[in-house]
Amino acid sequence: MRDNAKRVIHPLPLRVMHWLNALAIIMMIGSGWQIYDASPLFGFTFPRSITIGQWLAAAIAWHLAFMWLLVSNGVCYVVWSLASGHYRKLLPIRPREVWRDFTAALTFRLKHETGIYNAVQKLLYVGVLFAGLVAVVSGLAIWKPVQLWFFCNLCGGYFAARYVHFFAMSAIAAFFAVHLLLVALVPKALPPMITGGRQP
Amino acid sequence: MTSRRKVLQRAMALGLISPLDACNYEDPQHPDLADDFLHMMSAWNDRVQAALFNPHTLAPTFRPDQITRPPRFNAYYDISQVPVVDPTTYQLELGGQISDKTPWTLAQLNALPQEGQITRLTCVEGWRVIGQWSGVPLGQFLRRVGADTTCRYVSFRCADGYYSSIDMPSALHPQTILALQFLGQPLTPPFGAPVRLRIPTKLGFKNPKHIVQLAVTNVYPGGYWEDQGYNWFSGS
Repeated sequence: MRDNAKRVIHPLPLRVMHWLNALAIIMMIGSGWQIYDASPLFGFTFPRSITIGQWLAAAIAWHLAFMWLLVSNGVCYVVWSLASGHYRKLLPIRPREVWRDFTAALTFRLKHETGIYNAVQKLLYVGVLFAGLVAVVSGLAIWKPVQLWFFCNLCGGYFAARYVHFFAMSAIAAFFAVHLLLVALVPKALPPMITGGRQP
Repeated sequence: MTSRRKVLQRAMALGLISPLDACNYEDPQHPDLADDFLHMMSAWNDRVQAALFNPHTLAPTFRPDQITRPPRFNAYYDISQVPVVDPTTYQLELGGQISDKTPWTLAQLNALPQEGQITRLTCVEGWRVIGQWSGVPLGQFLRRVGADTTCRYVSFRCADGYYSSIDMPSALHPQTILALQFLGQPLTPPFGAPVRLRIPTKLGFKNPKHIVQLAVTNVYPGGYWEDQGYNWFSGS
């Protein structure tokens, strides 16, 4: 039994947090796009068909409801990673290994080793965690620029915080796209995130 | 307020009251589980924001050269629909838990000590403008008329039918003013003449214009946008 538990690819807490995070990210980005559309920063808006919420009040309500899931789930993940030692699968990241694995991936020579993260994966995972942190800090800056003024200052003021928030979202969305693409290329990576899987 | 919302939700769920009387997000005719969830979270966010509110934290102030020019008109109707209130016959009516409910004329309000500010008005849509307002600090006014400042809400009714309400701690914040002037001149109709609320610790829609009645109460008063689903506290 103990031996079995050790050979699980993705432990149960990680799986639960992964799917809760997926839900939170989809809700936050979908509603965030609708909020963006109310006062666009750039010369485009997101099509209504892919945003969440019938109108601005609904989108804001979804956004400020699911921020609690995103943040509490994120805090749980950090605490669990530190307590369980999971973080050691992500660190350290060595530039030379990143380059080696990146070039190997581009030439389709990078092997998928179940349960082990290659250097590019490590960089992407740590990168998206950082983008998530930036998104939360800039989001709090936009939500409460007066009471949480230190977050607002950290982002360079309210005006800049909206851009910071947008780019953090863009980074997360880009990760999401690559993440889905890689799962499509290596479909065997998906079931273990549902069942836990077993190391071969 | 929370319990009131709960009662509202339960009543809605039971079909006891028309869904149009309460706030609905997706389909006003058919409040559903999602609406209940969003109402619950919005009430929770009200509580969190009330706890986060620090009466000593001031909204940032700006230099005169940072003022947005020309100023941006914003309302839920076209500028041609702006109500024009006659300043000579204007009266600010007082209601609720206030001991001296004698109405105030514009001249009387102008005779009170005034405070000015150059602050940022942030819209719920995300844009922001910087403006200069001056007027009577609301906290000083409330104490002068003998308002019960232990009450939970201060509500406002406006000449255009708009209405809104704020929590008492925010009402007593030093930067919350009954503004009579904008950019150094008496308020003009598009910017809320003759009296508007200027509260830089809340979003723009919590700054009602053309105020004709002010009341102090413990009964949740809601608001024009709040009743349609925007978060009630909406603090900055």
